[in-house]
Amino acid sequence: MLEIKDLHAKIADTDTKILNGLSLTIEPDEVAAVMGPNGSGKSTLSYVLAGREDYEVTGGDILFNGESVLDMEPAERAASGLFLAFQYPVEIPGVPTLTFLKTAMNAQRRARGEDELPTPDFIKAVKAAAGDLNISMDMLKRPVNVGFSGGEKKRAEILQMALLAPHMCVLDETDSGLDIDALKIVSDGVNRLRADNRGFLVITHYQRLLEHIVPDTVHVLYKGQIIQSGDKALALELEENGYADIIEKAA
Amino acid sequence: MMAVPERTAQNVEPLKQYTKAEQAFFDRWEAQKVDLTANGSADAREAAIGGLKLYGLPTRRVESWHYTDLRAKLLDLDFPEASNDAPPVQPLVQVKDGVSAVGFNASKFSPDRVELSFQGSDDAVGQINAAFADDGLNCTIDAGASFDIPLEFATIVNGGQKHRRHTIVVEEGANVTFVERQVGAGGMGTSVTYLEVGPKADVTYVVVQQTSVASTHLAQINATIAADAKLTIFVLNAGGSLVRQEVRVRVEGENADFQLRGVNLIGDGQHVDVTMDLKHLVPNTTSEEIIRNIVAGKGHGVFQGRIAVDRIAQKTDAKMACNTLLLTDEGDFSTKPELEIFADDVACGHGATFTDLEPSHMFYLMSRGIPEREAQALLVKGFVDEIVEDLDDERLHEALVGIIDGWLDKNA
Repeated sequence: MLEIKDLHAKIADTDTKILNGLSLTIEPDEVAAVMGPNGSGKSTLSYVLAGREDYEVTGGDILFNGESVLDMEPAERAASGLFLAFQYPVEIPGVPTLTFLKTAMNAQRRARGEDELPTPDFIKAVKAAAGDLNISMDMLKRPVNVGFSGGEKKRAEILQMALLAPHMCVLDETDSGLDIDALKIVSDGVNRLRADNRGFLVITHYQRLLEHIVPDTVHVLYKGQIIQSGDKALALELEENGYADIIEKAA
Repeated sequence: MMAVPERTAQNVEPLKQYTKAEQAFFDRWEAQKVDLTANGSADAREAAIGGLKLYGLPTRRVESWHYTDLRAKLLDLDFPEASNDAPPVQPLVQVKDGVSAVGFNASKFSPDRVELSFQGSDDAVGQINAAFADDGLNCTIDAGASFDIPLEFATIVNGGQKHRRHTIVVEEGANVTFVERQVGAGGMGTSVTYLEVGPKADVTYVVVQQTSVASTHLAQINATIAADAKLTIFVLNAGGSLVRQEVRVRVEGENADFQLRGVNLIGDGQHVDVTMDLKHLVPNTTSEEIIRNIVAGKGHGVFQGRIAVDRIAQKTDAKMACNTLLLTDEGDFSTKPELEIFADDVACGHGATFTDLEPSHMFYLMSRGIPEREAQALLVKGFVDEIVEDLDDERLHEALVGIIDGWLDKNA
């Protein structure tokens, strides 16, 4: 379970405050959608959860399974079961995707005190997960995300998610840059991973993604705070009327 | 407009006193000159040793040696005695069933068939080699020939001195990859290669330097590229205490392409120098050089890249990049790009960077559970592996990655 409590955060090098008392609790099997206009702090929230150094938490706490993650390195957070699917997956020349996947899986297993995965088991797991997402082994021999199309990058993120089997998945604007077909493949990939012990925080601009990944709860983020929460009907209302009404009501 | 001038030695004056290393070369010459000149190569060899006697080894006052003061760095030649009981060297690419030796003609070095020339008074590598070369490969690749595996040759230096001179002619339309390796416990080695790439030929020439860290290796490749031909030279330096690899290329035929890829892995106490002199001599030719360096401990590295474009060589497209990753504050790398352009319709560029590991790459890897040190190691390896990826031969690619991994395990 993820509990974000009165979280305040700013850009580390400046005094620009982005999150201003954000509180949100996500149950172990919940799919929560966070929507909000540009500049409301959506991407910052995802980076702060993953532990990016460019942001500094100035108040509040993030509890994951009851433990604060604020003092944990990004790698420790990942090994404890937090996963961030990037809005813009990073291209890393020279590092083959398969090498990267194997290194990540084994690092997490080591951190949890488990044995490393034997190579044949690793290959088998990758082949199965890649097949579901229509990802070729050829693509996985290429360097991480280098030369991948927008859709391929997002599918590769979901592949990592499937292989690392996290307990809380943060999807940062996973729908951006996707055409309808790619959106369907990615959403199906996410839906296959829904489970009793796996929560999702789906950050998006548009209702469109939520037609494919149907949320249990919807939250509106504005100026670094959650200003309204509801069920999936709230997303439809936003689609219809925009953010103005809700912002006005909250003010 | 003048034609592109040859590089000349500057500030060179006759010597009054020899260093121990210089004296050792001259003693060797006195001891071996009867054998070395037995096949009628006396004039060429005398000219070479005469140049050394007059000017000595080059110092930093000689422009082309400014960052590698050979006279100061090569103090003596007291390498352990040569030993011949080293195990045989296995090729980088091994094949189970053997291959048929069709399409080429190879013989051992013979001074009456190989020109023992050097390239001017600052060409210390050429001079030492011309004076002492007594072995090497003499090879012609038949027109149109192609091969399933690289043609490999290795020099094993186990103490003492080894001076090799290779002459390779690739005839029209042939497609071939060579691998030249320097291996062994080390000593004093020179290697000079003359490579003629015929019209429409496609040649990859891989140089792998992996002698022990006690070794001095001075090498030179002189290549010419004919029309519609392509030459890729790949240099992997992963050993030796004092290494200089010179690459001298003349692009002589239209629509020819030259590629240089270099990976310099420079450990504590090593000095590694790659010096390129590239001449675009005709219109419509292309070239690209990418050099990646990793410096660990108190390592020193040098890349000098000179591109000269003749006044008739219009539409030349030449690019050069040198990127260095310094793993410590104690190491250093000197890079000196030079463009001499006498034509007015060309695209030439160069860039040199000293990079740190990219923070966004680090964060991405760590966000997947890879701890900081392991993420760094992946990125350092990726920084140089990216260059090796350009090799078409998957087996050769893997072999070179293996050598890089071995070096990184020990040094990074």
